[in-house]
Amino acid sequence: MTNLPVSFWRSLIIIILVALTTFATRAIPFIVFPEGKKIPKAVEYLGKVLPPAVIGMLVVYCFKSVNPLSFPFGIPELIAGAVVVILHTWKRNNLLSIGVGTILYMVLIQYIFV
Amino acid sequence: MEKRNTYKAAYKAAFPHTIPVMTGYLFIGIAFGVMFADKGYNFLWAGLMSLLVYAGSGQYLAVNFFEPSVSFLQVIFLTFMVNVRHIFYGLSLLDKFKASGKKKPYMIFSLTDETYSLYFLTKTPPDVDEGKFLFALSTLNQSYWIIGSIIGALAGTLIPFKSKGIDFAMTALFIVIFVEQWFEKKNRFPAVVGIVASLICLLIFGKDSFILPSMIVIMTILLSNHRIEEKKNKTEEVECDD
Repeated sequence: MTNLPVSFWRSLIIIILVALTTFATRAIPFIVFPEGKKIPKAVEYLGKVLPPAVIGMLVVYCFKSVNPLSFPFGIPELIAGAVVVILHTWKRNNLLSIGVGTILYMVLIQYIFV
Repeated sequence: MEKRNTYKAAYKAAFPHTIPVMTGYLFIGIAFGVMFADKGYNFLWAGLMSLLVYAGSGQYLAVNFFEPSVSFLQVIFLTFMVNVRHIFYGLSLLDKFKASGKKKPYMIFSLTDETYSLYFLTKTPPDVDEGKFLFALSTLNQSYWIIGSIIGALAGTLIPFKSKGIDFAMTALFIVIFVEQWFEKKNRFPAVVGIVASLICLLIFGKDSFILPSMIVIMTILLSNHRIEEKKNKTEEVECDD
């Protein structure tokens, strides 16, 4: 283990710190609102409306590295994304929409927009 | 109807729903394994990290922490910032996870973007126990992630298949869920708030630091909308009393 950039124990501590911090971000709501405690109306409301808002945020998050000012101007992402939307509105088949969209995107960036 | 209260039934019902995540996780897991192996960490380290941490962007970022110049405090702070969006997720699952019993800590631990999203795309079949079904979804997802990262660390560079762009499976998954949510009218307002607020924050703050401001803006708009709706309901009630 001499080829590690930092020592064995330091590596292990880093992994544990990353693990605990990540777990903390996921656990905070459950610690603040444990079972049995009455959940405020506003939080209950947030719980209902956040999922669609968060999914919207995640879609933007996936496209965050797209640069519309330089080649390929986000065109592959736009085409593949639009195909997923249209196909899914039409057929409503999860695997079909995701499969076709992904293969199309791979073809676009590997063979067309190179 | 009698419940097929077994794990076998739960995994059988859950597996087809996890196929898109499997595609995505195997490949971004492989990419993580390759990066980590480049740093000098073998497949055991990659597997350990995917077992204990289990976060896509979090682990990508973490690869940079294994340098003498990075302090423990920086590790905690940067990890918190990249995963801060997860704070939102539990708020919608406080009720749903009550059925999980002893499995609840694991359910919370395994709340990745993809697993969280799957919970809103899939409905538990009526003849399967909900706690077991959700557990099956999350453990299957994590197993793909662990397997992917181990493959990546062992043989990532040997894979002949041109996989560039396959991680679009995740993007497509989120788009599909977005479209599904859109079919329900009541979801449209928060969905638009989510997209527009994040886009504006992305333009202002840039791709590395737009998530936290987006969360704050989204929450502020949704909560003020809630207040306005409540006020409207109250005045309507008063009018009815008259």
